Amino acid sequence: MAGIDHAPPPFFKRGPAPLALLTFYVAISLALFVVDLRFRSLDLFRQTLSLFVDPVQRVAQTPGSLVDYAAAYLRGLQEMQADNTRLKQAQLTTAPNLQRLEHLESENERLRKLLDMRDRQKAKGQVAQIMYTARDPFVRRIVIDKGQQAGIIAGQPAIDEGGIVGQVTRVFPFSAEITLITDKDQSVPVQLVRSGQRSVVFGLGNGQLELRYIPANADVKEGDLLVTSGLDGLYLPGFPVAKVVSIERENSYSFARIRCEPIAAVENFGEVMILAPRAEQLPRPPESDGRRSNTGAPSREAAK
Amino acid sequence: MQPTFSSSRILLPVRPWFIILSLFVALLMNFLPTSHWPGIPDWAALVLCFWSIRESRRVGMGWAFVLGLAMDVADGAVLGQHCFAYILLAYAAAAQSRRILWFPIGQQALQILPLLIGCQVIQLTMRLMTGADFPGWGFLIGPFIAAFLWIPATFLLLLPQYQPVERDENRPL
Repeated sequence: MAGIDHAPPPFFKRGPAPLALLTFYVAISLALFVVDLRFRSLDLFRQTLSLFVDPVQRVAQTPGSLVDYAAAYLRGLQEMQADNTRLKQAQLTTAPNLQRLEHLESENERLRKLLDMRDRQKAKGQVAQIMYTARDPFVRRIVIDKGQQAGIIAGQPAIDEGGIVGQVTRVFPFSAEITLITDKDQSVPVQLVRSGQRSVVFGLGNGQLELRYIPANADVKEGDLLVTSGLDGLYLPGFPVAKVVSIERENSYSFARIRCEPIAAVENFGEVMILAPRAEQLPRPPESDGRRSNTGAPSREAAK
Repeated sequence: MQPTFSSSRILLPVRPWFIILSLFVALLMNFLPTSHWPGIPDWAALVLCFWSIRESRRVGMGWAFVLGLAMDVADGAVLGQHCFAYILLAYAAAAQSRRILWFPIGQQALQILPLLIGCQVIQLTMRLMTGADFPGWGFLIGPFIAAFLWIPATFLLLLPQYQPVERDENRPL
């Protein structure tokens, strides 16, 4: 039967069979899913795609921000004046502390030099505007309007006027994604201000945090303030993180169940400050294999 | 093509640019800040489902893949999550298209509902299997509202294809 063409005429051509196409696309998307989740090696791919998607997203955000702008404009002079006086008063109440802070910092620096200790790193950073919360309902993240262009890198902590908000987890050319401390996968090494006890605080995914690995008989009270301990090498020490709101001690567990509320307005919109990454730390002591598998604190890579 | 196969009304052929425009607008609507409200449907899935049923030769799994990638990047979700769900949605919709178009439009909406719910459930399963938190039942309200919106969506998306109903001896239909 050579010489007879069995191919259908061109107007019947329909491309590959649907099932073949389905297999092809499903294989690609599942491969993407696994690679992105397991190896996190698709960031460059994601950044490239975001170059096309980002402008569309910004356009979609415009009506909302226009409404916000109009609302702020119409809110009127009186409210603004009230705001202004309130802020002035707030500034006045904090002024004595602030004025002495500079003096104290220089004194601290001098004393540290006398004692031959390393200098404390000063907090520097850049202010970024929160554009929107990421749509993904499974995580708690926000997107800010500064990215690679402004020199943001993954791992930088973000604070607001209250305390720690979260950590930069993904950087795009013109925006960056901050994972909030209330996210389920986020953890912050903290220290209790009153007792000096160190621990790690974990997000619960519902706007609250949980202080884990604290023995049931430990000295923790409701209202205790948690600040960053700085042991992770990412957060500078001393930033407020959360306040203890409830403690459940049960005899059947060796650890207490301690719930905390974040101090920063973590879930609200506004502006955040992205702190500069910390200067190089002293090298860590080598870890033994047995410890590495089950330490409470996240490794530097895990925190990113 | 007719609005439904049982209708005697003949539609104009679809314009390819209108398909692309509608998919783009759906994507834009997905990016709106309103998408955080509970029960806001996944517009891209709805429009994709619509075109997969009506024009399964023009819009299929390729478009589903592209839309899915765009959604994944915009959401900050795991890459491939929307892709996978949209591809299966497009395939299922195309496979059912010959059957669904025989139904009157209200019953079409009922036929669409399981497809859209499936799309959400696939995403939910993928994320829960990989250790995410359950985001609440509000996540599954969207498809029901989207199914309701099937009726206005059909009307709107077919609008450019309707032609005047005047008949004369040259145009009996």
